[in-house]
Amino acid sequence: MELRAEELTCVRGGREVFRHVNFRLTAGQAMLVTGRNGAGKSSLLRMIAGLVRLAAGRLLLEGGAPGAEIGEQVHYLGHQDATKPSLTVRENLQFWIGFQGGDGGVKAALEAADLAMLSEIPAAYLSAGQRRRLAIARLLAIGRPIWLLDEPTSSLDAASQERLAERMREHLAQGGMIIAAAHGPIGIESASELRLD
Amino acid sequence: MGALFALLVRDMRLAVRVGGGAIMGALFFLVVVSVMPFAIGPDLALLARIGPAVLWLGALLASLLALDRLFATDYEDGSLDLLMIGETQLELIVATKAIAHWLTTGLPLVLIAPLLALMLNVELRAVPVVMLTLAVGTPALTFIGLVGAALAVALRRGGLLLAVLVLPLAIPVLIFGVAATNAAIAEATPFSPPFTILCALTLVSFVFGPVAAAAALRHGLE
Repeated sequence: MELRAEELTCVRGGREVFRHVNFRLTAGQAMLVTGRNGAGKSSLLRMIAGLVRLAAGRLLLEGGAPGAEIGEQVHYLGHQDATKPSLTVRENLQFWIGFQGGDGGVKAALEAADLAMLSEIPAAYLSAGQRRRLAIARLLAIGRPIWLLDEPTSSLDAASQERLAERMREHLAQGGMIIAAAHGPIGIESASELRLD
Repeated sequence: MGALFALLVRDMRLAVRVGGGAIMGALFFLVVVSVMPFAIGPDLALLARIGPAVLWLGALLASLLALDRLFATDYEDGSLDLLMIGETQLELIVATKAIAHWLTTGLPLVLIAPLLALMLNVELRAVPVVMLTLAVGTPALTFIGLVGAALAVALRRGGLLLAVLVLPLAIPVLIFGVAATNAAIAEATPFSPPFTILCALTLVSFVFGPVAAAAALRHGLE
């Protein structure tokens, strides 16, 4: 499986955010997207997810599930955690499994994200870090090859960051791909770097 | 299908939980309609004559009430991004949200309508017809309002914009809804022409509402 970007250009609000971005990512590889604020890190991730239109260039996915578009093979973890405060932790995760068509066990994913103790609590009572972990549990419960992570470690404590890094390494070992926008290291030594200026 | 069912269940669950719009719509309907006789005075004949109009106005305002949050909450917490990334057609997602909204806010209006019809001195034999016209007409209000809700998110303006956009579009539904109800009560004019037009308006809104709302979201959230 290979994800290739050729000469990507992004225009938002009439302003060119970045141009001529190229990269190539194969199964088991991770890429770190860095750059100053406003360089277009989030826009690049949203573009790969299909949420932002390509102003120029193209995105190719080879060797994925037949007939599937890139959008169906990615997990997108944005700045917001897409959790509903009035639903319990378990209900939140169960909805995304139902919607995105996961095979996954709710229980196993909650345990992997260290949320098993909180599963019957409304998400309104979670801290920012716990909400983040709930969003990450979605990635673990539903198997998709490409993970797009926008500052995945924000509001996570050191132990949770380490646990996330472990999950990411497992995902890579199983032949997944990770593209992460971050300002610092995310705990994957083998990750290549794409610098946006 | 599984994805849409999951969405339907989630949206209905959210509507009946704390902070959801389900009970607020019905309560608002109740308050608006029950305040009306106090303003108009104890003229039973007059109340009976304007009763259907009052019921329809109440239903229109009540179904608009919770609509502006239909996409706004999903937009603010990032859920809308994930809904749009998936393989499910956005038109179907939007229609599913509208159905969930109608089941939790429109249907309760239909169910409490007999009580309010009584307060407005609508004849007892006309009550089933009032319910029928509301049951047929309120989905059209939801599906028309859907477009306004999507535009409100796309343009990042909430609240009043929705009412300004949606109310003019809802006028035909209002006209034929009230006409059908009046025809059933007074029996001076035939019931079926306005009622069939009302049915047609609802069917048209089923088609155009989701398509327009999905287009607004796609264009606005780029």
